[in-house]
Amino acid sequence: MFTIVLYILAAVLLLVSFVKDRRKTKMALKKAWKSFENILPQFIAILIIVGIMLAIISPEMISRLIGNQSGWIGMLVAATIGAITLIPGFVAFPLAAALLNGGAGFMQIAVFISTLMMVGVVTIPVEISYFGKKATLLRNAMAFLFSFVVAIVIGVVLK
Amino acid sequence: MIKLMIRYRVALALIGINLLLLIISPAIGRTSIEMTGNNAMEMLAVIPPIFILLGLLDVWIKRETMIKLMGEKSGLVGILIAFLMGSAAAGPLYAAFPVAGLLLKKGSKLSNVFIFIGAWSTTKIPLLLFEASAMGWKFMLTRFMINIVGIGMIAFAIEKLLGSEDKKEIYEKATEMN
Repeated sequence: MFTIVLYILAAVLLLVSFVKDRRKTKMALKKAWKSFENILPQFIAILIIVGIMLAIISPEMISRLIGNQSGWIGMLVAATIGAITLIPGFVAFPLAAALLNGGAGFMQIAVFISTLMMVGVVTIPVEISYFGKKATLLRNAMAFLFSFVVAIVIGVVLK
Repeated sequence: MIKLMIRYRVALALIGINLLLLIISPAIGRTSIEMTGNNAMEMLAVIPPIFILLGLLDVWIKRETMIKLMGEKSGLVGILIAFLMGSAAAGPLYAAFPVAGLLLKKGSKLSNVFIFIGAWSTTKIPLLLFEASAMGWKFMLTRFMINIVGIGMIAFAIEKLLGSEDKKEIYEKATEMN
């Protein structure tokens, strides 16, 4: 749905731009391609790493690691798996719901979702090429720690 | 050709590893190729509009305008724009980095760019709807509200912890990458 909105927005603006100034529009498309091609090698690498990872780490395996009464160790494991793996959202939430039904705790799931979305170990090289080492490491480290805060609050609210 | 091979060397090596995996453990190798294919399709679906918008932004929005909207003195307006832009996004976090690079190149404040990254990573509207249906509204709303606080705190902390040298380097990188 949102992708469609995004497409319509891009198409309309592209048309407006084309009517206003053809040369500028051509330049915009050239720039769009250039910024894409700039990170395409890294994109491809990420896609393959994620593919291999998802093939090796199955939902059953994750479920075993952060299942019943896994407590703080379970949370740490959940956070680490979330930080390393890169699972698209539409796979992640059904997986999270399944894990919950399989006996994983709300806190483990919350920390997993949070690091999954905010921390990207696999994409760190791309992030560094835009923000440098220091900012990238700071962002990922803080997001990792913050994920535990999220989990604790969720644990309290959803008790 | 050789230049191209060097640029794509990591990707090529990974393709090699995956093929090796296919020989050693056909089941894992096949699943992995399937997953990569699925993810590639998902990425290709969202990437064209994002990069077209990126190109249009680059050509049409003047640096002065961007500085006014999201620069050092943009205040609350800048924060809001950054948050809304990130939340309205679709696509994986790594697609946000080029957009962030352009925002920096055009003179956005660093903390605003990190608010944008934070919002893109965790308060994306399309994903929130998904989250609510999978995990329930209470879970989603609780996480959403703490995240608003967390995104801001992380963004300001990064800005504070970076020295002026680091910042200069970041802005130089952004100009070079876009």
